[in-house]
Amino acid sequence: MTAYSQNDSAFARIRARLFADKLALACFFFLAATALLCFCAPLIAPYPYDAQNLELGASAPSLAHWLGTDMMGRDILSRILYGGRISFAVGFLATGVAVLIGVSYGMASGMAGGRTDAVMMRIVDIIYSLPFTIFVILLMLAFGRSIWLIFVAIGAVEWLTMARIVRASTLDIKSRQFVEAATALGQSRAGIMIKHILPNCAGAILVCATLTMPSVMLLEAFLSFLGLGVQAPLPSWGSLVKDGAEYMEDAAWLLISPALVFSATLYALNRVGEAISEEHD
Amino acid sequence: MIKYFARRLCEAVPVFLLIVTAVFFMVRFVPGGPFDRERPVAPETIEALNAYYGLDKPLYAQYFSFLKNLAHGELGPSYKYPGWSVNEILAEKAAVSLQLGAFALIIALAIGFSVGFAAAAFPKGKIGAALSGISLIGICLPAFVLGPILILIFSLKLKWFNAMGWNSLPTDAILPAFTLALFYAAWIARLVRSGVVEEKGRQYVRTAYAKGASGKRVYLVHIMRNALEPTISYLGPAAAGLLTGSFVVETIFQIPGLGRFFISSALDNDYTMIMGCVMLYAAFIIAFNLLSDLILAAVNPRIAKEMKK
Repeated sequence: MTAYSQNDSAFARIRARLFADKLALACFFFLAATALLCFCAPLIAPYPYDAQNLELGASAPSLAHWLGTDMMGRDILSRILYGGRISFAVGFLATGVAVLIGVSYGMASGMAGGRTDAVMMRIVDIIYSLPFTIFVILLMLAFGRSIWLIFVAIGAVEWLTMARIVRASTLDIKSRQFVEAATALGQSRAGIMIKHILPNCAGAILVCATLTMPSVMLLEAFLSFLGLGVQAPLPSWGSLVKDGAEYMEDAAWLLISPALVFSATLYALNRVGEAISEEHD
Repeated sequence: MIKYFARRLCEAVPVFLLIVTAVFFMVRFVPGGPFDRERPVAPETIEALNAYYGLDKPLYAQYFSFLKNLAHGELGPSYKYPGWSVNEILAEKAAVSLQLGAFALIIALAIGFSVGFAAAAFPKGKIGAALSGISLIGICLPAFVLGPILILIFSLKLKWFNAMGWNSLPTDAILPAFTLALFYAAWIARLVRSGVVEEKGRQYVRTAYAKGASGKRVYLVHIMRNALEPTISYLGPAAAGLLTGSFVVETIFQIPGLGRFFISSALDNDYTMIMGCVMLYAAFIIAFNLLSDLILAAVNPRIAKEMKK
């Protein structure tokens, strides 16, 4: 019995769980479809995201513009698709950054144990207590509003929970007998980390990553809403909601459709994450 | 306990200084200065202003004079609002944010705890599922989505409340406080529910029942102590965040509070003002984290024991 097959069964259980939970399954397909559509935006979007039609101005949903147009006559459906590209890209990449930092830090801390571990975790506690939104806001101001910086800034903030979880799993797995056996057989520390600890943490990492994604996307939308995220005319879901809120008195559709898409995506991500974590626990 | 408290306080000082120092240098790396305006200003004017406020001195000299003033509780003059000191402005803005935050905190606690307990009371049935479903929806309605929608429905269509502003209290506080509170309420409800459901199945609960403890006693004395642990640790930073005002809610509802002010100060490069806001935030967060840890220790002797180590 190797760690791999144990691990496969964990994923199989998660899959079975998703199929048993109809709502979670629907959410999963909704996410997959939305992400796919957004990433294919350049191919399928009916208009370019910045194509203006000033004569048309803000128009209610119609056959030519399914979700209407904004003040500058830009097609909302196209802007939502392009905005979703940004939101999902931030979601995936920033979560990736968070996973990378969190897993390496947590595993190193757990493997080291003793005083090193205590100090490393105390550092995490301290960073937890910092007013991090302020740092992200100042970072965006200091280094300009580039998308890459958003990935890094958000990822660098969101790795803490991951580090804690991976460290706890590492401590647990480290003391199991198969690790002892591997050590006795002469497996190196690095080998043990990669071959035994990592695969056995995979479930916990997956759960945490799924739940990190909505909070990452939320943070990006929050920044864009405040005007600190992506630069106009490039849309993101946060900036679309912001634009919609400005003109909602005359053109409610500008607010409703991006708000609905964003909230539905957050809901689906959280719902899938919840289903997976219930199975994992 | 006192030793623990003292140790945490001592730890807080370097953390606070670290934050302050990092932000001090960070804001000075932001392109532009506090006296840049949309209309071009004569370079001599800017130089004179810089000299007047000591901004022409080397960075380390500025940093040390800042620390010296800080030790005296002086946060300096605002660069953007001449004639006003940062202390005065902060006091005024913080009062607004504190009011809004206190309203929101009360709403969040009331909704969060009642929904959480109700959901935990029926963990299997339809009611429990519906309640946890509702709390999940709450998490998916961040303030910048919920706020505009509430304004759209209750101010623009039904005309029950003013769409924005902070003039006639408490009616003007209802929509923003609710917008601010819902997200926190949803988290509290989820944490309370999962905490109670998890603890209910433990052996010690069976033991307590077996020993003849009443249902009420089992809940209040046995389950609560353990079940509320995650909620209390969440409430520390959450309360700090609520009371220091929300960037988003204050922007949407045009409330003259700290959060909105921080953003505009940051955009204006009003150095002393940014520092003042950041220090206030940091102090609140540190204080409330400490408070929630102390409450945890008071509620749960096991944690108090760990703290003694």
